[in-house]
Amino acid sequence: MRVQLTDGQLVARCRAGDQEAWGELVERFSRYVYAIASHAFKLPEHDAEDVFQEVFARAYEHLHKLRDDDAIRPWLAQLTRRLCIDRLRASAHEQPEDSIEPTDVDDAIATLDESMAVHDALAILPDGCRDILDRFFARDESYRTIGDALELPSGTIASRISRCLAKLRLELEGRNPEAAAS
Amino acid sequence: MSTGDGVTSYNEEQLGELLSVLPPAPDAWVQAAKELPLALKRLEEIVERAKADESYRRHVVADPETALEQAEVVAHAQNVEIIRRRLDDK
Repeated sequence: MRVQLTDGQLVARCRAGDQEAWGELVERFSRYVYAIASHAFKLPEHDAEDVFQEVFARAYEHLHKLRDDDAIRPWLAQLTRRLCIDRLRASAHEQPEDSIEPTDVDDAIATLDESMAVHDALAILPDGCRDILDRFFARDESYRTIGDALELPSGTIASRISRCLAKLRLELEGRNPEAAAS
Repeated sequence: MSTGDGVTSYNEEQLGELLSVLPPAPDAWVQAAKELPLALKRLEEIVERAKADESYRRHVVADPETALEQAEVVAHAQNVEIIRRRLDDK
Protein backbone atom coordinates (compact mmCIF):
# COMPACT_ATOMS: atom_id res chain seq x y z
CA MET A 1 0.00 0.00 0.00
CA ARG A 2 1.27 3.45 -0.91
CA VAL A 3 1.82 5.84 1.96
CA GLN A 4 1.17 9.45 1.14
CA LEU A 5 2.46 12.42 3.07
CA THR A 6 -0.35 14.42 4.62
CA ASP A 7 -0.93 17.89 3.21
CA GLY A 8 0.65 19.34 6.35
CA GLN A 9 3.77 17.16 6.07
CA LEU A 10 4.12 18.10 2.42
CA VAL A 11 3.84 21.82 3.17
CA ALA A 12 6.43 21.53 5.94
CA ARG A 13 8.87 19.87 3.55
CA CYS A 14 8.27 22.54 0.92
CA ARG A 15 8.91 25.25 3.45
CA ALA A 16 12.19 23.55 4.34
CA GLY A 17 13.26 23.94 0.71
CA ASP A 18 12.62 20.37 -0.47
CA GLN A 19 12.14 20.81 -4.23
CA GLU A 20 10.87 17.28 -4.71
CA ALA A 21 8.14 18.03 -2.16
CA TRP A 22 7.25 21.18 -4.06
CA GLY A 23 6.81 19.11 -7.22
CA GLU A 24 4.56 16.73 -5.32
CA LEU A 25 2.52 19.62 -3.93
CA VAL A 26 2.00 21.00 -7.43
CA GLU A 27 1.03 17.53 -8.65
CA ARG A 28 -1.42 17.06 -5.77
CA PHE A 29 -3.24 20.36 -6.22
CA SER A 30 -2.81 21.12 -9.92
CA ARG A 31 -6.15 19.57 -10.91
CA TYR A 32 -7.93 21.41 -8.11
CA VAL A 33 -6.58 24.83 -9.06
CA TYR A 34 -7.14 24.10 -12.75
CA ALA A 35 -10.74 23.02 -12.14
CA ILE A 36 -11.57 26.12 -10.10
CA ALA A 37 -10.19 28.44 -12.77
CA SER A 38 -11.39 26.56 -15.84
CA HIS A 39 -14.64 25.00 -14.70
CA ALA A 40 -15.96 26.84 -11.63
CA PHE A 41 -15.05 30.26 -13.05
CA LYS A 42 -15.05 29.20 -16.72
CA LEU A 43 -12.05 31.37 -17.53
CA PRO A 44 -10.73 31.24 -21.10
CA GLU A 45 -7.67 29.01 -21.45
CA HIS A 46 -5.05 31.79 -21.49
CA ASP A 47 -6.55 33.48 -18.43
CA ALA A 48 -6.83 30.16 -16.63
CA GLU A 49 -3.17 29.47 -17.36
CA ASP A 50 -2.09 32.85 -15.97
CA VAL A 51 -4.17 32.30 -12.84
CA PHE A 52 -2.79 28.76 -12.47
CA GLN A 53 0.82 29.95 -12.62
CA GLU A 54 0.14 32.91 -10.35
CA VAL A 55 -1.53 30.73 -7.73
CA PHE A 56 1.51 28.48 -7.47
CA ALA A 57 3.94 31.40 -7.62
CA ARG A 58 2.15 33.12 -4.74
CA ALA A 59 1.82 29.88 -2.85
CA TYR A 60 5.57 29.30 -3.15
CA GLU A 61 6.32 32.84 -2.09
CA HIS A 62 3.89 32.97 0.83
CA LEU A 63 3.95 29.40 2.12
CA HIS A 64 5.57 30.62 5.34
CA LYS A 65 2.46 32.72 6.07
CA LEU A 66 0.18 29.69 6.19
CA ARG A 67 -1.02 29.42 9.81
CA ASP A 68 -2.09 25.78 9.59
CA ASP A 69 -0.13 23.56 7.22
CA ASP A 70 -3.07 21.17 6.91
CA ALA A 71 -5.20 24.04 5.60
CA ILE A 72 -3.26 24.33 2.34
CA ARG A 73 -6.24 23.26 0.22
CA PRO A 74 -8.74 25.90 1.40
CA TRP A 75 -5.93 28.43 1.26
CA LEU A 76 -5.24 27.55 -2.37
CA ALA A 77 -8.96 27.61 -3.14
CA GLN A 78 -9.30 31.09 -1.68
CA LEU A 79 -6.22 32.31 -3.51
CA THR A 80 -7.43 30.87 -6.82
CA ARG A 81 -10.86 32.35 -6.29
CA ARG A 82 -9.47 35.80 -5.58
CA LEU A 83 -7.21 35.74 -8.63
CA CYS A 84 -10.07 34.52 -10.85
CA ILE A 85 -12.25 37.40 -9.64
CA ASP A 86 -9.41 39.85 -10.35
CA ARG A 87 -9.14 38.42 -13.84
CA LEU A 88 -12.88 38.69 -14.47
CA ARG A 89 -12.96 42.19 -13.05
CA ALA A 90 -10.17 43.29 -15.39
CA SER A 91 -12.05 42.03 -18.42
CA ALA A 92 -15.55 43.23 -17.44
CA HIS A 93 -15.26 46.94 -16.81
CA GLU A 94 -18.93 47.77 -17.11
CA GLN A 95 -20.34 44.84 -15.23
CA PRO A 96 -21.61 45.48 -11.68
CA GLU A 97 -19.09 44.30 -9.10
CA ASP A 98 -21.45 41.85 -7.40
CA SER A 99 -22.29 40.00 -10.62
CA ILE A 100 -18.71 39.22 -11.59
CA GLU A 101 -18.44 35.93 -9.72
CA PRO A 102 -20.55 33.07 -11.15
CA THR A 103 -23.42 32.30 -8.78
CA ASP A 104 -22.66 28.60 -8.45
CA VAL A 105 -18.98 28.90 -7.50
CA ASP A 106 -19.53 27.82 -3.87
CA ASP A 107 -21.30 24.66 -4.97
CA ALA A 108 -18.69 23.97 -7.64
CA ILE A 109 -15.83 24.28 -5.16
CA ALA A 110 -17.68 22.10 -2.63
CA THR A 111 -17.99 19.41 -5.31
CA LEU A 112 -14.29 19.76 -6.12
CA ASP A 113 -13.48 19.32 -2.42
CA GLU A 114 -15.47 16.08 -2.42
CA SER A 115 -13.70 15.01 -5.56
CA MET A 116 -10.31 15.69 -3.96
CA ALA A 117 -11.27 13.36 -1.10
CA VAL A 118 -12.17 10.68 -3.64
CA HIS A 119 -8.87 11.24 -5.45
CA ASP A 120 -7.03 10.87 -2.13
CA ALA A 121 -8.66 7.47 -1.71
CA LEU A 122 -7.88 6.63 -5.33
CA ALA A 123 -4.19 7.27 -4.67
CA ILE A 124 -4.19 4.39 -2.18
CA LEU A 125 -5.56 1.85 -4.67
CA PRO A 126 -3.24 -0.46 -6.63
CA ASP A 127 -1.65 1.16 -9.70
CA GLY A 128 -3.85 -0.74 -12.15
CA CYS A 129 -7.06 0.53 -10.59
CA ARG A 130 -5.80 4.05 -10.14
CA ASP A 131 -4.72 4.26 -13.73
CA ILE A 132 -7.82 2.79 -15.31
CA LEU A 133 -10.25 4.92 -13.27
CA ASP A 134 -8.29 8.09 -13.87
CA ARG A 135 -8.06 7.44 -17.59
CA PHE A 136 -11.74 6.62 -17.99
CA PHE A 137 -13.34 9.26 -15.77
CA ALA A 138 -10.89 12.14 -15.40
CA ARG A 139 -9.12 11.91 -18.75
CA ASP A 140 -12.26 10.81 -20.62
CA GLU A 141 -10.37 8.14 -22.59
CA SER A 142 -12.24 5.50 -24.59
CA TYR A 143 -12.10 1.77 -23.81
CA ARG A 144 -9.96 1.33 -26.89
CA THR A 145 -7.44 4.02 -25.88
CA ILE A 146 -7.24 2.61 -22.37
CA GLY A 147 -6.85 -0.92 -23.69
CA ASP A 148 -4.02 0.14 -26.00
CA ALA A 149 -2.25 2.14 -23.29
CA LEU A 150 -2.50 -0.52 -20.61
CA GLU A 151 -2.19 -3.49 -22.98
CA LEU A 152 -5.56 -4.87 -21.93
CA PRO A 153 -8.29 -6.34 -24.16
CA SER A 154 -10.82 -3.51 -24.58
CA GLY A 155 -13.63 -5.99 -23.86
CA THR A 156 -12.39 -6.32 -20.27
CA ILE A 157 -12.16 -2.60 -19.50
CA ALA A 158 -15.78 -2.11 -18.39
CA SER A 159 -15.64 -4.96 -15.88
CA ARG A 160 -12.27 -3.77 -14.56
CA ILE A 161 -13.67 -0.26 -14.09
CA SER A 162 -16.62 -1.70 -12.21
CA ARG A 163 -14.37 -3.77 -9.93
CA CYS A 164 -12.06 -0.81 -9.31
CA LEU A 165 -15.01 1.46 -8.45
CA ALA A 166 -16.11 -1.13 -5.92
CA LYS A 167 -12.60 -1.12 -4.39
CA LEU A 168 -12.63 2.66 -4.31
CA ARG A 169 -15.99 2.62 -2.57
CA LEU A 170 -14.68 0.17 0.02
CA GLU A 171 -11.62 2.33 0.60
CA LEU A 172 -13.81 5.38 1.19
CA GLU A 173 -16.16 3.47 3.46
CA GLY A 174 -13.16 2.25 5.45
CA ARG A 175 -12.32 5.89 6.05
CA ASN A 176 -15.93 6.75 6.99
CA PRO A 177 -17.40 3.68 8.72
CA GLU A 178 -20.46 5.62 9.93
CA ALA A 179 -21.40 6.46 6.35
CA ALA A 180 -20.88 2.84 5.31
CA ALA A 181 -23.32 1.71 8.01
CA SER A 182 -26.00 4.23 7.03
CA MET B 1 -23.62 13.03 -1.66
CA SER B 2 -22.21 14.82 1.37
CA THR B 3 -24.17 14.52 4.57
CA GLY B 4 -22.91 17.90 5.68
CA ASP B 5 -20.81 16.66 8.58
CA GLY B 6 -17.88 15.48 6.52
CA VAL B 7 -19.12 11.89 6.47
CA THR B 8 -19.94 10.75 2.95
CA SER B 9 -21.28 7.69 1.25
CA TYR B 10 -21.25 7.26 -2.51
CA ASN B 11 -22.61 4.79 -4.98
CA GLU B 12 -20.41 3.87 -7.92
CA GLU B 13 -22.09 6.26 -10.33
CA GLN B 14 -21.49 9.16 -7.97
CA LEU B 15 -17.85 8.12 -7.59
CA GLY B 16 -17.46 8.21 -11.36
CA GLU B 17 -19.01 11.67 -11.50
CA LEU B 18 -16.71 12.94 -8.78
CA LEU B 19 -13.64 11.52 -10.50
CA SER B 20 -14.64 13.22 -13.74
CA VAL B 21 -14.73 16.76 -12.32
CA LEU B 22 -10.98 16.78 -11.75
CA PRO B 23 -9.35 16.34 -15.15
CA PRO B 24 -5.59 16.82 -15.27
CA ALA B 25 -4.25 20.31 -15.92
CA PRO B 26 -2.23 20.61 -19.14
CA ASP B 27 1.19 19.00 -18.67
CA ALA B 28 3.07 22.17 -19.64
CA TRP B 29 1.29 24.19 -16.94
CA VAL B 30 2.09 21.62 -14.29
CA GLN B 31 5.71 21.36 -15.39
CA ALA B 32 6.15 25.14 -15.29
CA ALA B 33 4.69 25.30 -11.78
CA LYS B 34 6.97 22.47 -10.63
CA GLU B 35 9.99 24.32 -12.02
CA LEU B 36 9.03 27.50 -10.21
CA PRO B 37 11.87 27.33 -7.62
CA LEU B 38 14.42 27.01 -10.44
CA ALA B 39 12.70 29.76 -12.45
CA LEU B 40 12.77 32.11 -9.47
CA LYS B 41 16.47 31.39 -8.99
CA ARG B 42 17.09 32.28 -12.63
CA LEU B 43 14.95 35.41 -12.33
CA GLU B 44 17.11 36.44 -9.42
CA GLU B 45 20.22 35.90 -11.54
CA ILE B 46 18.74 38.11 -14.28
CA VAL B 47 18.02 40.85 -11.75
CA GLU B 48 21.54 40.65 -10.29
CA ARG B 49 23.08 40.81 -13.75
CA ALA B 50 20.84 43.74 -14.69
CA LYS B 51 21.92 45.62 -11.58
CA ALA B 52 25.54 45.18 -12.57
CA ASP B 53 25.17 45.78 -16.32
CA GLU B 54 23.15 48.78 -17.50
CA SER B 55 22.98 47.71 -21.16
CA TYR B 56 21.68 44.29 -20.12
CA ARG B 57 19.16 46.01 -17.86
CA ARG B 58 17.89 48.09 -20.80
CA HIS B 59 17.57 44.92 -22.87
CA VAL B 60 15.54 43.18 -20.15
CA VAL B 61 13.27 46.18 -19.61
CA ALA B 62 12.68 46.60 -23.36
CA ASP B 63 12.00 42.92 -24.05
CA PRO B 64 11.54 40.88 -20.89
CA GLU B 65 10.05 37.91 -22.76
CA THR B 66 13.20 37.44 -24.84
CA ALA B 67 15.44 37.95 -21.82
CA LEU B 68 13.54 35.27 -19.96
CA GLU B 69 13.72 32.84 -22.86
CA GLN B 70 17.46 33.46 -23.19
CA ALA B 71 17.77 32.53 -19.52
CA GLU B 72 15.65 29.41 -20.18
CA VAL B 73 12.78 30.69 -18.06
CA VAL B 74 9.23 30.28 -19.38
CA ALA B 75 7.97 33.77 -20.24
CA HIS B 76 4.63 33.47 -18.43
CA ALA B 77 2.85 36.71 -17.56
CA GLN B 78 3.70 35.99 -13.92
CA ASN B 79 7.44 35.75 -14.62
CA VAL B 80 7.38 38.87 -16.79
CA GLU B 81 5.58 40.72 -13.99
CA ILE B 82 8.14 39.58 -11.42
CA ILE B 83 11.06 40.74 -13.54
CA ARG B 84 9.40 44.11 -14.27
CA ARG B 85 8.61 44.63 -10.59
CA ARG B 86 12.11 43.72 -9.47
CA LEU B 87 13.75 46.02 -12.01
CA ASP B 88 11.39 48.85 -11.08
CA ASP B 89 12.57 48.43 -7.49
CA LYS B 90 16.09 49.20 -8.52
